Amino acid sequence: MTFTLFLLALFDGISYAALVFIVALGLTLIFGVMRILNVAHGSLYAIGAYATASLTGYALALGFAPIFAFPLMLISAVLVGVLLGGPIEWLLLRRIYHKPEVLQLLVTFAVFMILEDVQRLVWGTQPYFQASALQALGNVTVFGVTYTVYQLILLPVLALVLLLGLRAFLRHTIIGKLILATTEDREAAQAIGIDADKVFLFTFIVGAVLAGLGGALDSPTTSILPGMGADMIVLSFAVIATAGLGQIEGAAVAALMIGLGRSFAVYLWPETAVLVPYLIMVLVLLVRPEGLFGSPVARKI
Amino acid sequence: MTVRSTNHAASPARRGFPARQILTALGVGALILVPLLAPHLQLLMNLALAKGLAVLGVTVVLRAGQVSFGHALFFGISAYAGAFLISAWPGADLLVVLIAGVLGAAISGLLVGLFVARYRGIFFGMLNLAFSMIFWSILEKFYHYTGGADGIRLTRPTVLGMELGRVNYELVLFYLAIALMVGLGWFTLRWLASPSGQLFQTLKTNETRLEYLGLSPRRVLLSGYVLSAVLCGVGGSMMGMTQGVVTPEYVWWVRSAEMVFIAVLGGAGSVRGAFVGALVYEIVRIYASAFAADIWQLLLGVFLLVIILFAPGGIMGIVDSLIGHARSARKILK
Repeated sequence: MTFTLFLLALFDGISYAALVFIVALGLTLIFGVMRILNVAHGSLYAIGAYATASLTGYALALGFAPIFAFPLMLISAVLVGVLLGGPIEWLLLRRIYHKPEVLQLLVTFAVFMILEDVQRLVWGTQPYFQASALQALGNVTVFGVTYTVYQLILLPVLALVLLLGLRAFLRHTIIGKLILATTEDREAAQAIGIDADKVFLFTFIVGAVLAGLGGALDSPTTSILPGMGADMIVLSFAVIATAGLGQIEGAAVAALMIGLGRSFAVYLWPETAVLVPYLIMVLVLLVRPEGLFGSPVARKI
Repeated sequence: MTVRSTNHAASPARRGFPARQILTALGVGALILVPLLAPHLQLLMNLALAKGLAVLGVTVVLRAGQVSFGHALFFGISAYAGAFLISAWPGADLLVVLIAGVLGAAISGLLVGLFVARYRGIFFGMLNLAFSMIFWSILEKFYHYTGGADGIRLTRPTVLGMELGRVNYELVLFYLAIALMVGLGWFTLRWLASPSGQLFQTLKTNETRLEYLGLSPRRVLLSGYVLSAVLCGVGGSMMGMTQGVVTPEYVWWVRSAEMVFIAVLGGAGSVRGAFVGALVYEIVRIYASAFAADIWQLLLGVFLLVIILFAPGGIMGIVDSLIGHARSARKILK
């Protein structure tokens, strides 16, 4: 492996990790607060990607500059969060918080099945390409390796901003403190007047926006296909399971491990690239069943 | 909880003994007559029975309060093991192919089970999904060995040394599927009622008590997990031999989802429900696919939500309440 290839693998890994982290962040936030694993998270990611590609294509056709792709990403993500995430929590999840974990999983899985077909109905099975945002920012050359600014600088910086922003939001704002209080003890929080229903709805929408944003940011770098949601939910679960469910900072480390592992596998032994994330997860879980940063839960008897 | 669940398991069997037993016997009898009375349904029923066997595996896991989104793994491993055997040894016996497939499923079930038996709930479901995705991508990527997305064709195996024509071979497969359904269904019912089956179900009601009894919950879960893998394996091998081709689609998550769906549709945790659910599902699918092929998963998802939220007992729950109503009505009349 030459130095150039090493750098390429490194850059691939970092940009990929940034994307996966943004999606996993939403998943782990929802789990941390609501104790629900949202299997439909992968679909929200895919729909975010499709929506961005469609909106950008539409804007370009109207004669807007390619730079408009960036606000459209944010708009798509918010639309996904509010129009899909909101109703899912409000109409479905609210009915099942007191039910067994298995039923909660089945319900979000059912939503996932529904949304997979909705995507195919709306956008068909042909792949979509929309790389204008990627091209708009141009390239950068580092140690003789030319790479896109979008993937090498924008994505990692954005991931870092989201990580630090979410941390600060949870710790230093009133709404964030309300969320943390509800996470800690829902009944006690309600007893002091916190509207837990609102907190859950808000958290779920924020998580869904993050899923949509992950998809929106991914859309210029890949062809958008049916089935990408299924891949992403398993991958982002691998990230948050490796980190420990509900661990926000840990998810960043796990995403880097998995992203780098995968991109080096692409250059060294391409057939195994899909397997590496799961191998990393299985190895970590064999040694630490609660994940890298998770702590064993005290059992209720 | 344990005591109550034991009573719960025993009492309907005692009270509803004739009604349930008679309905089951009638159902099996009707299936046996299918090749004579409705030959065009035979293949469909055969596929449904193979699926039902696999669903039975998912049902067993549901009895421990766990859901697996990756049991198609064992379905696929068994079918591929049979396919590899047949391509290496053309004209192998049907029973040898079946046993090879089931052995493959049992060994992989043991290995995967050793890992996933440490987990419950979300982790259990999602780790199973991850394992099935791993195997799926192996099947797709290492196409020199696995045939990639096209899969492997299974030539017709011999039956007890005889080379059969298509019609007779399909008859043999059909009656074998019925025999397996009755045999394995009965075995699973007996196992669930046995001490080790009762311990297995305690994982759902109160796992801590298992430990107080001095038992390892992991080992208890593992025993049921291997049984479920074997059942899925039997289904997978039967499906492979019936269709004559195995593809990576056998382990794709959609297949696992379908199994979970059928298990919930039939009546989560009901052994008879696994087969009733599979038959109803296949028949509806054949007739609905003409106009609803594009929204099939959407329909499944909607039905899954409706069942979970409004009819958690599934089809068998409805049947039982009908039987129960009939009995209470008779009591009132007396």
